[in-house]
Amino acid sequence: MNSGVRSFGKKGSGPRHTGATVKRLLGLIFTSYPLPLIVAMISIIIAALAGVMGSLFLQRLVDDYILPLVQQHSHDFSNLFRAILIMGGIYYVGVIATLLFTQIMPVLGQRIQRRIRDDMFAHMQTLPVGYFDRNDYGDVMSRYTNDVDTLMQLISQSLPQFVSSLFNIVFVIVGMLTLSPLLTILSLFIFALSIGVIRFLSNRSSKYFQAQQRSLGQINGFIEENLNGLKVVKVFSHEKESEATFDKYNESLRQDAALANGYSTMLFPIMGNIGNILYVLTALVGGVLVVSHNSALTLGAIAAFLQLSRNFSQPISQISQQLNAIIIALAGAERIFQLLDEKSEVDNGQVTLVKAHAGADGQLVQDDQGSVYAWQDPKQAALIPLQGRVVFDHVDFSYDGHKQILKDINLVAEAGQKVALVGATGAGKTTITNMLNRFYEIGSGTITYDGINIVNIKKDSLRKSLGMVLQETNLFTDTVANNIRIGDLNADDAAVEKAAKLANADGFIQNLPQGYQTLIANGGSSLSQGERQLLSIARAAVADPPVMILDEATSSIDTKTERQVQVGMDNLMAHRTTFAIAHRLSTIFNADLILVIEDGEIKERGNHDTLMAQKGIYYELYTGKTILD
Amino acid sequence: MLKTLLTAVREYRRQSLLTPLLVALEVGIETFIPFLMAAIIDQGITPGRVDVIWRLGLILLAMSVVSLASGAASSWFSSHAAAGFSKNLRHDIFYNIQKFSFENIDHFSNSSLVTRMTTDITNVQNAYQMAIRIAVRAPLMLIFSIIMAFNINAQMATIFVVVVPILGVALYIIVHFAYPLFQKVFKRYDRLNQVVSENLRGIRVVKTFVRENEEIHKFNTASTDIFSTYSKAQRLLALNAPLMTFMINTTILAISWIGGQMIVGNSMQTGQLVSMFAYAMSVLFSLMMLSNIITQLSLSQASGNRIVAVLNETATITNPAQPVTEVPNGAVDFEDVSFYYAKKRKQPTLSDINLHIQNGALIGIIGSTGSGKSTLVQLLPRLYEANEGTVKVGGIPVQNYDLRTLRDNVAMVLQNNMLFSGTIKDNLRWGNPDATDAQMIAAAKLAQADDFINELPQGYDTYVEQDGSNVSGGQKQRLTIARALLKQPKVLIMDDSTSAVDTATEQKIREAFSHDLPDMTKILISQRISSISGADEIVVMDQGKINDIGTHDELLARNAIYQDLNKSQIHASQDPDVNPAGPTLQKVGDSHE
Repeated sequence: MNSGVRSFGKKGSGPRHTGATVKRLLGLIFTSYPLPLIVAMISIIIAALAGVMGSLFLQRLVDDYILPLVQQHSHDFSNLFRAILIMGGIYYVGVIATLLFTQIMPVLGQRIQRRIRDDMFAHMQTLPVGYFDRNDYGDVMSRYTNDVDTLMQLISQSLPQFVSSLFNIVFVIVGMLTLSPLLTILSLFIFALSIGVIRFLSNRSSKYFQAQQRSLGQINGFIEENLNGLKVVKVFSHEKESEATFDKYNESLRQDAALANGYSTMLFPIMGNIGNILYVLTALVGGVLVVSHNSALTLGAIAAFLQLSRNFSQPISQISQQLNAIIIALAGAERIFQLLDEKSEVDNGQVTLVKAHAGADGQLVQDDQGSVYAWQDPKQAALIPLQGRVVFDHVDFSYDGHKQILKDINLVAEAGQKVALVGATGAGKTTITNMLNRFYEIGSGTITYDGINIVNIKKDSLRKSLGMVLQETNLFTDTVANNIRIGDLNADDAAVEKAAKLANADGFIQNLPQGYQTLIANGGSSLSQGERQLLSIARAAVADPPVMILDEATSSIDTKTERQVQVGMDNLMAHRTTFAIAHRLSTIFNADLILVIEDGEIKERGNHDTLMAQKGIYYELYTGKTILD
Repeated sequence: MLKTLLTAVREYRRQSLLTPLLVALEVGIETFIPFLMAAIIDQGITPGRVDVIWRLGLILLAMSVVSLASGAASSWFSSHAAAGFSKNLRHDIFYNIQKFSFENIDHFSNSSLVTRMTTDITNVQNAYQMAIRIAVRAPLMLIFSIIMAFNINAQMATIFVVVVPILGVALYIIVHFAYPLFQKVFKRYDRLNQVVSENLRGIRVVKTFVRENEEIHKFNTASTDIFSTYSKAQRLLALNAPLMTFMINTTILAISWIGGQMIVGNSMQTGQLVSMFAYAMSVLFSLMMLSNIITQLSLSQASGNRIVAVLNETATITNPAQPVTEVPNGAVDFEDVSFYYAKKRKQPTLSDINLHIQNGALIGIIGSTGSGKSTLVQLLPRLYEANEGTVKVGGIPVQNYDLRTLRDNVAMVLQNNMLFSGTIKDNLRWGNPDATDAQMIAAAKLAQADDFINELPQGYDTYVEQDGSNVSGGQKQRLTIARALLKQPKVLIMDDSTSAVDTATEQKIREAFSHDLPDMTKILISQRISSISGADEIVVMDQGKINDIGTHDELLARNAIYQDLNKSQIHASQDPDVNPAGPTLQKVGDSHE
């Protein structure tokens, strides 16, 4: 995080739209916290100025106070004392200015980091599921960590140091010019030389840093593969071969790392010693000039010049260092802005889900304490009862507008019916359910829910009316009870327990060390696959929606647990419209409607008996004559 | 911790020692420069002697060049030493992991091992480079500068005796309070990452249950926590700069005031005053550098500890002193065997196992998850070690065998079969690096893999992607079986490894085994009764114990668990064609469409 020895020149990919990003970033910082920023910038300038003025004062100290005293053999130090007081004044103004900006900038950086993170997360929650499917997990993750961190680093450290170094150089050069133009030219010559050295070294080191990143990526991939398959490695006594391959990658990483760091760390002693050379040259040339009386140079001026030249080489190497940090941070900022600019899910739905109770005339009346749910259409006075009838009418879908993923899907699921979707991976089963909950938007056709086009239903309401049990159970770091409560935040402990019983999960939960209060960590890695599924069924049960989407897990859980899960699922499916992506016999047997999907089309439809009689794809699958992959 | 880490220096000792020596030379020269500079001013410029200026100036230039060279060289060597050191560390960790038993493997999660071998090692590498270079440079600079200052004017140098302790204490206080805050920040970051990670992975859950607002609230709390702790830590650390400026300026003022009087009193010269300024800056800067070094090194301590934890993990299963290198036959015996997974559970995973399998037999094992099926067979190739009792292969306890011999002869097809990036041939050669094409084809034929391999674009030279994503679940399973067969083992264990293979093909595999490999002991674990019903004997496992042993018919007649399983699997189906375990409709482990 706050590494003082930031590897210099460690380049990721640079920003692509540098100008626009800088503008937007500066705009963001400036509009967010204009006052502290201005105060900090002025403080930086004052601090730099004070430093240079302090050094310049040395000339007057020597030439105007000390030397005359020496010549006069006077012991009246009151003038000297006054001079020191003035110098002290300048110095301490500088100290206060330094204190100000070094306190302001980190907090500013932190504030912006928090704001950007919060904005990013809040915005991310509005993005469509497609964004998460398209983007790599690690890639999005690194925007929250690396990218925000480097950005904060930029604001709290690089930016003030950069500005400070810049002003330092300017003031030092001005100061030098007032002392001796000739010596200044000498210094600038050395300055040019250092720039050359810096460029050479940083080109070299960034070349090897890139190589190092590649080697690191390679060895990372290899280690991951090896660790994932470590049991296989052991079973086949393949350790020697793995070690040999590892050594190869390891050696190439060592070489790149040694060269990258070699060139980059060399910069500091080289710059430092170039500073020394400048120091010596100043004394040498300056001395000769003073002695030969060829210029107006005084002893005090040399003393001050020497002091200034000490302050000269440091900011130069700092600027080059910060420049790299800035480039990296800008690339990060660009990626952050990219996420912030992603388009949110479109939601033009008007129809909402409300609680209601049946009035005297049998009509539903809106009532927040009501026991049933109903659809409320602002264009319509009467509430529409929530029943769970779903109709797909000529639905087409394509991710990119070219390749049709779903073709002319037609289906009617009456309230309470069970629909089983059967087909190979990639046939489009999950895609059909993704249309219903509007994770993706259909291309053409319509889907209606209780007769309402789902496009007109507010997404939050639509999704609340749909339960989902997904293949992979995502658990959150929290208690078991709260993980179930995700289904309905207002559920009390009794309701949670009731849902767990319905899902057949109560038994194993009671056996956990703290029962319902057991903390789940690491995504529930201490629970078995089956247990996680039971929790996810309980979660859906507590939500109690009229329509369920079940994506059954395929991974092999044993028959006993599978039966437990099955009982839970069956309980959940009772009296609900269910779309089941089926892998299990029992789900298929008693389905009201079985759809065999192939290449995004419904190839066969019917119930178990009619499809078996048909002796088509379903029959082949069912008898084990074909296996889907 | 340090001792363990330092064993990785090895062949980079020379560079590691050369670095501090060069640093010492550089610092020595650097601190001598202001001293000679004073001489130039006082003996050259003030008396007006150009020859002295030239002589001393050229000496100084030469010294600066030497200092530059040794400084650059020390950086170069330190980088190479540190990179080499970290290479050796990575090597040691990796080799140690390869020695791990399954029990060791279960101790660490894969992602944490990867972090240790990358991020943590990089941290330690940087710390090492710092330790041999800057951590030598800063204290030397401090000491040399103080010595030189005393050399020039002892009376004035006493200023340092006052200033150095004050600054030292102040810097120490800052680090002392900032360090724990930074530790806290790291923890808060973990929480933030956790929230983001869970949301990225579970976005469908979040959206389904319309939990966006709760999650945003959770995130805001986490990010505010970071903000408050981190800003406190940074503000504290940011006091360093003004503190330093204050101390330097105050020192310079003091030197100017006292120096001015001394020069007038003739006990000091102008040049010496200028050099005192230089020493004052060196002294104070090296103190600041020192406090930075301490912070950095202590931050990398955590990384060091994590690395040492892996290095110190000793493999729980090792080769015996005088190993047996030949397995006489494929007979298997379990005698009063019990097994506990370390610390995890109080009750044993396996208890009182007695089982005798004859050479060449076909044995089926069935039972629910957690009944101990997989654990039982993993004791055979010593992937885990029995806590009590004896496990024998070919009549000899498994502990007496050379590990490689044992594992070559007891081949195991694991539940989580895994292929590695490389061609199909590369993957098959895992079984036998010297396998000829004919041998590979023969093994593939036995595993019923030859047909589909030939249909692949490049046949046996088709490249398998990193996670085997371009072959289907059933194909993957058949390849892993062929890979195991190439070992020509005496015992073959298949742990639920035909679950994604259709019943007809599965039948063919079993037939090929009985026909072509009659002397190989075959142990099949399965969820499907149809897969094992033809076995010579079937072992029914329940809660870590053997519940019953018998043939399919015997068990159907007398064993309740077996009957139960059988019933659930031929559920509602009288059709003789029907696959009793139900269709396997999808590739195992596939997540989304």
